[in-house]
Amino acid sequence: MKKTLFDKIWDAHVVESIPAGPDILYIDKHLIHEVTSPQAFNELKERGISILRPKQIVATADHNTPTENQHLPIKDLLSRNQLKQLTKNCEDNNITLYGLGHPYNGIVHVMAPELGITQPGMTLVCGDSHTSTHGAFGTIAFGIGTSQVAQVFASQCLLVDKPKKLRVNVNGELRYGVLPKDVILYIISQLGTNSGTGYFCEYAGNVFEDMSMEGRMTVCNMSIEMGARGGLIAPDETTFDYLEGKEFAPKGEDFDMMKVYWKTLKTEEGAEFDKEYSFDASDIEPMITYGTNPGMGIKLSDSIPKNSGKSDEKALEYMGFKEGESLIDKPINYIFIGSCTNSRIEDFRTAASYIKGKQKAVNVNALIVPGSRQVAEQIKAEGLQLIFEEAGFSLRQPGCSACLAMNDDKIPAGEYCVSTSNRNFEGRQGQGSRTLLASPLTAAATAIAGKITNFTQNLN
Amino acid sequence: MEKFISLTDTAVPLEIENIDTDQIIPARFLKATDKEGFGENLFQDWRFDKAGNPNSEFNLNNKKYKGSILVAGNNFGCGSSREHAAWALKAYGFKVIISSYFADIFKGNSLNNGLLPLQVSPGFLKEIFTAINIDPSEKLHVDLENQLIKITSTGASEKFEIDPYKKNCMINGYDDIDFLVSRKEAIQKFEEKTFQF
Repeated sequence: MKKTLFDKIWDAHVVESIPAGPDILYIDKHLIHEVTSPQAFNELKERGISILRPKQIVATADHNTPTENQHLPIKDLLSRNQLKQLTKNCEDNNITLYGLGHPYNGIVHVMAPELGITQPGMTLVCGDSHTSTHGAFGTIAFGIGTSQVAQVFASQCLLVDKPKKLRVNVNGELRYGVLPKDVILYIISQLGTNSGTGYFCEYAGNVFEDMSMEGRMTVCNMSIEMGARGGLIAPDETTFDYLEGKEFAPKGEDFDMMKVYWKTLKTEEGAEFDKEYSFDASDIEPMITYGTNPGMGIKLSDSIPKNSGKSDEKALEYMGFKEGESLIDKPINYIFIGSCTNSRIEDFRTAASYIKGKQKAVNVNALIVPGSRQVAEQIKAEGLQLIFEEAGFSLRQPGCSACLAMNDDKIPAGEYCVSTSNRNFEGRQGQGSRTLLASPLTAAATAIAGKITNFTQNLN
Repeated sequence: MEKFISLTDTAVPLEIENIDTDQIIPARFLKATDKEGFGENLFQDWRFDKAGNPNSEFNLNNKKYKGSILVAGNNFGCGSSREHAAWALKAYGFKVIISSYFADIFKGNSLNNGLLPLQVSPGFLKEIFTAINIDPSEKLHVDLENQLIKITSTGASEKFEIDPYKKNCMINGYDDIDFLVSRKEAIQKFEEKTFQF
């Protein structure tokens, strides 16, 4: 039988298949952070089991960290304790930690790829649903719960059923001003939030082939928002060029040898998928969400569709919107450019190119949060910091920040935020906050206009 | 892990679709380093208003409804991978969650904590909601051994699916760690014969 990219990597990692049960899947890399790991460390301690392969684990602090004054002790006692616990757990178990202030610190799904930790053909897990991001490299990467974090600690393996296979093809030419974020928001708006449940999704077609690694990461990141455990894109020259020279990527001859293997990681012609969808790139426009799940998205130029039942009604009521209305000209007081979806250098370059020479509207609080220390340094080095500051944007230190509002970066109740993050759930960005998901360009344009605007006419 | 074999109890209906784990347990409550106390904050922002007063319209606060079974709309548990959601439901007293669809990670997390995610057809879910609407003291019977769910007053029942391995774990209270640790030798052999990144 012809194999898909997913089959090739999965099958190469099966230690054993339990008859009429799950596979024992070997995990190459395990990323951990402060929020979903402490109970797993406790679990092992209570059972008197040691961590099997500490060298295959990399830790960072990101979810619960402040984005200001990171050099000072953290004010929030519980947050400080959680980070202290992570440091202690890593020290006790010989795990590499890129903690707060370390030059490699950052959001787990930004720092690992930029260090070359994520490589094609690997299996990679993390106690975070957006682990799907790493699929951009042709990696089987998926989010796990804390019990599973403990399982990987104990055995470097997981007991998992092989997911079904889904392929989403997008071919054609993207319109001017349409970013990878718009592509994935469009796909989710078409397929719905649970279309991918039980599946791993491969993205194929020239639109993904033409994307940068940053763009591919944005797309794969949101696979979970349509329910898919993960998403992946076949590695190619773009992938290899990105990886070459990265801190933990193979070097010299080793790199060339790996490249030979990586080039074989493609879906074979005629391989079968359980489900397949195809979209035309020219149908995609800049997107924005109007509801309380990422599938409730429309083109900026469209109106909110008729609601289809109680749950939609509840969502519209929460958002303060009505069916049939357009979002254009809605006043917005907050914008957030950041999160594991859109906090890489390319995202800030795009935002800065629109913002340059303009001023944010007086009503807007504009928050810019880089995904990692390395991205923050690059923002400075490329002169983007000046552009943001002159335009009145607040540039912060790296972390997950207002994407999930575990730290002080919260959107007040009732306020709207055009956000480049991945979830518009009720209260996601703070109790009572109302999130509209969009691309960095849409967020930047909103900040300048002080309201939602169909900015494509202003592009030159 | 606590064993689960069968259960007959009343249920709390939550006829809302796409209930995400941010609603089940908001992120601001994820700062703990142990598994205790999450039940108090289950559905915090739906259960309480901003002043901390119980929202009487939310079914968990409605005295009519009680029991260790939660019946929820389609696609329950989507979003974040936080296992805190399963811990919160369990600590609050739920033993079974019924829906017509569960998000993958939530489903796995529940099974790893002895909380049964029971998937029924959309039609049967409707029947359950209707039965509870008519009589909040309606009892549901869940039989894991025979993979059967029954509405006791009407006798209507449906078979449900569960991975045989996971079913065995639930019934016997086994968990994956014990099993994986017992396969250590096979894992080490695998490491020796395959490429290590």
